[in-house]
Amino acid sequence: MSDAQIERGAAEIEGIHEESARAHAGHPGAKEYVRIFLILIAITAVEVALYYIRDEIGAWFIPILFLLAGSKFALVVLWFMHLKFDSRRYSRFFVMGLAGAMTLYMIVLITFRVFLR
Amino acid sequence: MADVSIAKGHDEHGTTTGLPHTKLAMWLFLSSECLLFGALITTYILYRGASIKGPYPAQVFDIAYTSVSSFVLLASSLTMVLALAAAQKRDFTRMRLWLLTTAMLGLTFVGGQVYEFTSFYRDGLSITTNLFGTTFFVLTGFHGVHVTVGILMLLSLTGMSFADRLPEDPAFPVEMVGLYWHFVDIVWIIIFTVVYLIPTGPVGK
Repeated sequence: MSDAQIERGAAEIEGIHEESARAHAGHPGAKEYVRIFLILIAITAVEVALYYIRDEIGAWFIPILFLLAGSKFALVVLWFMHLKFDSRRYSRFFVMGLAGAMTLYMIVLITFRVFLR
Repeated sequence: MADVSIAKGHDEHGTTTGLPHTKLAMWLFLSSECLLFGALITTYILYRGASIKGPYPAQVFDIAYTSVSSFVLLASSLTMVLALAAAQKRDFTRMRLWLLTTAMLGLTFVGGQVYEFTSFYRDGLSITTNLFGTTFFVLTGFHGVHVTVGILMLLSLTGMSFADRLPEDPAFPVEMVGLYWHFVDIVWIIIFTVVYLIPTGPVGK
């Protein structure tokens, strides 16, 4: 292998490293991930605690649970799956399926009068 | 303007969108998975409290036990992103360590689910016992299969890393497997709330 070929190979590898660094530049670091994890654990603990005192909470129990589950869902998708930091086009792809599924199945649940039981 | 962005995109990833198509395809796949799990969760909700004979959810569920399982799966999401952070720094030792830890946590979750299923079976609940059994086992079983597939992907990735068969940018395949793994986690977040924490209607006492 000639010196020129070796240099060209090294430059290519350097280019790949730079591209990789650019692509991941906006991603959070380990400390931020641990912070998000602790928040997720805290929310889960609150959910379980609420389950044991659900009779005292009454009608607010289910809306509060959905709010907490939605918060956990958003934290994982935005931080761990990097939608907050990546191109908006990934978000559009995901939201398309998520919103489509939610709309479709909400119509099904309303049709079968699940919320009136 | 569009031409400029497309031209820039070609420079960055050599694709017409300027983004890696594998990652776009993964997001599209996860988007379709929303429809799959949405159907299973909706079916569970439709038939909740509709069983005419037991065992009912409140008779078999152990919320403390399932809470620990949820903690394990959330912890596996943390180790997964730590594996990605290590891969981005090209720290292969830590990347392998976190990937294996994630796989072990996933195995712990699946093991816990198998134990839960067998304990329900001993309590008289099978997939054919009543509507609760059918919808519960199908929903959580599908999720368990997804976790198992994720574990296989993690172990394959670790094996490829040891065999030095990962591409030049190891962060990319780790990120793809990570996206799948986190999706499995967010599905469990919903299942934990809808199936375990929300009490059933008047029939299913």
